[in-house]
Amino acid sequence: MSGWRLPVGGRIDRSRPMAFRWGGRSLTGFAGDTLASALLANGVDIVGRSFKYHRPRGLLAAAIEEPNGIVQLEEGAHTIPNLKTTQIELYEGLAATPVNAWPSAEWDLLGVISLFKRFIPAAFYYKTFTWPHWQWFEPMIRKAAGLGRAPAERDPDRYEHRFAHVDTLVVGSGAAGLAAAISAGQRGERVLLVEMDAELGGGLLAEPGLVEGLSAEAWRQESLEALAGMANVTILPRTMAFGFYDHALVALAERLSDHLPVPERTGPRQRLWKVRCGRAIMATGAFERPLAFAGNDLPGVMLANAAQTYALRYGVASGRRIVVVTNNDSGYQCALALAHTGAQVCAVIDSRAEPGGLIEKVQALGIQVHTDQVPIRAKGRRAVRAIVVEPIGAKGQQQSIPCDAVLMAGGWNPAVHLHSQSGGRLAFDTERQAFLPSERAQASVNVGAAAGIFELGDAIVSARAAGQEETPPPVPVISSCGPKLTYSDGDPAAGKAWLDLQNDVTVGDVQLAVRENFRSVEHVKRYTTLGMASDQGKTSNVAGIAAIAELLGKSPGEIGTTKFRPPFDPVPIGAFAGCAVGDALMPLAHTPSEAAALQAGGIFENYGGWSRAAYFARTGEDEHSAIHREVLTVRGTVGLFDASPLGKIEVKGLDAAEFLDRMYINQVKTLKVGHCRYGLMLNENGVVFDDGVFARITDDCFLVGTTSGHAAAIAESFEEWLQCEWPHLKVLVENVTTGWAVMNVAGPMARAVLAAVGTDIDLSPEAFPHMTFRAGEVCGVPARIQRVSFSGELSYEIAVPWGYGSALWDALMQAGAERCIAPFGIEALMAMRIEKGFLHVGSDTDGMTLPQDIGFGAIVAKKVGDFVGRRSTMRPDGLRSDRHQLVGLEITDFGGAVNAGAHVLPAEAREAKGTDGYVTSSVLSPTLGRPIAMALVRQGQARIGQSVHLWDMGMWREARIADPRFYDPQSQRVNG
Amino acid sequence: MLLIDCPFCGPRAEIEFRCGGESHIQRPGLLSDASNSAVGDEAWADYLFYRQNPKGEHRERWYHAAGCRRWFNVARDTITHRIRAVYPMGSPCPGDQP
Repeated sequence: MSGWRLPVGGRIDRSRPMAFRWGGRSLTGFAGDTLASALLANGVDIVGRSFKYHRPRGLLAAAIEEPNGIVQLEEGAHTIPNLKTTQIELYEGLAATPVNAWPSAEWDLLGVISLFKRFIPAAFYYKTFTWPHWQWFEPMIRKAAGLGRAPAERDPDRYEHRFAHVDTLVVGSGAAGLAAAISAGQRGERVLLVEMDAELGGGLLAEPGLVEGLSAEAWRQESLEALAGMANVTILPRTMAFGFYDHALVALAERLSDHLPVPERTGPRQRLWKVRCGRAIMATGAFERPLAFAGNDLPGVMLANAAQTYALRYGVASGRRIVVVTNNDSGYQCALALAHTGAQVCAVIDSRAEPGGLIEKVQALGIQVHTDQVPIRAKGRRAVRAIVVEPIGAKGQQQSIPCDAVLMAGGWNPAVHLHSQSGGRLAFDTERQAFLPSERAQASVNVGAAAGIFELGDAIVSARAAGQEETPPPVPVISSCGPKLTYSDGDPAAGKAWLDLQNDVTVGDVQLAVRENFRSVEHVKRYTTLGMASDQGKTSNVAGIAAIAELLGKSPGEIGTTKFRPPFDPVPIGAFAGCAVGDALMPLAHTPSEAAALQAGGIFENYGGWSRAAYFARTGEDEHSAIHREVLTVRGTVGLFDASPLGKIEVKGLDAAEFLDRMYINQVKTLKVGHCRYGLMLNENGVVFDDGVFARITDDCFLVGTTSGHAAAIAESFEEWLQCEWPHLKVLVENVTTGWAVMNVAGPMARAVLAAVGTDIDLSPEAFPHMTFRAGEVCGVPARIQRVSFSGELSYEIAVPWGYGSALWDALMQAGAERCIAPFGIEALMAMRIEKGFLHVGSDTDGMTLPQDIGFGAIVAKKVGDFVGRRSTMRPDGLRSDRHQLVGLEITDFGGAVNAGAHVLPAEAREAKGTDGYVTSSVLSPTLGRPIAMALVRQGQARIGQSVHLWDMGMWREARIADPRFYDPQSQRVNG
Repeated sequence: MLLIDCPFCGPRAEIEFRCGGESHIQRPGLLSDASNSAVGDEAWADYLFYRQNPKGEHRERWYHAAGCRRWFNVARDTITHRIRAVYPMGSPCPGDQP
């Protein structure tokens, strides 16, 4: 129980106590606390168990770099795994549980693993659990290791996305960030200042000294007032810049309601910002480095700056007998800062023989200073009891100093994450023992501690200059880092000196990796998992690199860092998804008849992004019987089908015919006005791309029909050819798919029904034959009618302006009532087109199908001139004699329909081995009363009449290859 | 995410565009009939499949799909993503020897 609440001080509101639950315990903190500060104030030493060895761990840090205090926040659907206690603002009723510990962090049964720690070093699992296979052991090991649990329920929260464009983005609101924002704001720029903390001020919130002659708080207040007076400056607190992408795009995650009790949360939980900035000023501060010594993971061993933050910002002392271990001046600054809070430091251990100028101030407070000494071991089992120190290079002269808190001040690592993500380079600085930003790749600049300028006055100067786009004056290094304890290769103590607390990696693990000849920092990282935890090594990477460098006799600069990748800190998946979840992920397009069709029993499904009726179920009908009835209705009397999603592209201009002649394998220029033609389009690889009917409306205007759902892709492909290859052709392409609703009346009585709704177009077979186009009026509105048929029956596709679609549907249903018209869905249409042997591109063709494979070889041969894909159809592969060709299949075994995908094998095949092709479409034909199918079969055309075996879902079926025109092979019915 | 200066709409985010790959690829001339003598298999394969894939400046064509629906050329560095020039289809890249 080392932490305690100081009687006075801190920025917490002591008049607003807040009750919260920690595991099974009820505790109390204050408004303004984080969960971490509240736990420390309650004397909670052990905040979690380590990932691999289940060692007891206490708080190391006070902010986002915290590796140990990882919790599962709240329960049920609202639960969030692996949050850091330091980033959770305390609210009334908060409930958190430590992860990776059972039954509790204090008494974790798997803590027994830590007794065997020296037998399970880095890569132990991979080396040991190899027989018979790692996958056998993985689930068990994952259960013992690992952190929090993902929620089982659907995320109940909403998230949103916003875009912003600013002149200057300032990341971080410490002294440097505030100074930079003010100076950029004074130039009249649009400035966005983001701060991941709830409060603005960064280090100023725990700064005891004066800033430009004012108290830190007064300076902060003055700065905030200056910013509030600028209408061109926007400030976003609780907003983390987590990724720096190309062309100065910075991604932000804004927390909107996470700090509120669950019942009080309204509106979106988080907002993801994509900010395009003219320039970015990174005032992201720095992370303090821990020191590596045996037992440095014991609860009570903490970063010096964290203890300062806990004391000055949250009014919490880290212990009653505090020792600071340092190699630079900031350890002294921490001791001085704590002295005024009542959390007295009793000793400072400095590795330098000649400490800086602060030693006298510290000694004047009665604090013992041990120079030229380093900590070699922290003693204690569940919390630190003493720190053993030893003069550098004088083994054996150890001294044990009793204490309940050890504060580590190992120097500072600038938070260069965003700089590195932006493509900027890093350079190792031996004075500061840190990687500093060097060359930049984008319009961004680091200021203050993020640039290695750790002295507050200098940081502010650098930030102001950056705000004005001036070059800051060079800054002398005020306090360089002294030596630190080093471990010889194989030293047993190295196995107890921790680098990465969250992933349980020690100096010994790094030594092992280097002994096993891992040389690249990226390899050592993956072999040991150093820096791969959810904190991404914010407190461990640089120390790890230093350890590798030492072993290889190189400088850390030569080793280099691992790649910094977004996000800087975990961001909820929901924030990335934003509103694009559920039905809004892929919004469906709706047909005009939907309301009426639903009333008529329509069962809707997603067909290529369109919500369409699959079939219409009457009382007592199942899917099969409904489709059966619909087909027989169309074949017998008349049916109505909403074909509005059919792709419609107008191609206009003097060269429209010439252009389409190059797009279709068919002759286009010879088509007469008012006539339609079925056409096939290829891509430049010769592969069948789309099919449909095109009509010539006038001499230089065509209406191109495409497969439903493919219109946009075809229109884009037209544009690409026109703009990139044939810009001299005078052609305009317009996708009018959703401009025209299309109702398809099909069946022997289609003409009578169309006549009954009223039209000025002569419908007689002589005036309006099959495969022609007429424009006029239907029901008094402008209409375009094509007499084309996918069902094989007499059929009209009547297009009217979209808004009239539902009225036309109603009119046709009414007019057809006495002839027992019935609406039919996609499935009936598909059954009918299979009966007719009409192919469906994408079902009956695949990514290798050439026109000659589906019976269009003669059309290609007859075509004069070039078209897209023509040359590719003549490649040697296209001329092979054993290509897969589209054929029909008569199922001859008296069973039901086969499954699409069933493999075709020779009749004598007794083993499901190899394939001669596969079934592409299949139906139990309602009209013929027997199962039929279409298939792509090797040399299929030459094998018509042959019997084959089908291997279908583990069963043998029998079939005969046939002409696919099963029904009305001479196509007389369309001329009815 | 790149910021692409569409010659018709101004600077817009990459999500509005579609990249069409390497530009300045000449389609072998129009075939006059069904014979393949005009363009050999190798020349046709070159046109269909072979691309520069340079480390450094790449001339590629982009399509402003969610905007003006126009194609144009971009000279972009594949390492830094810096866009040196945006220029019309059919024009040589600015700075190139004519």
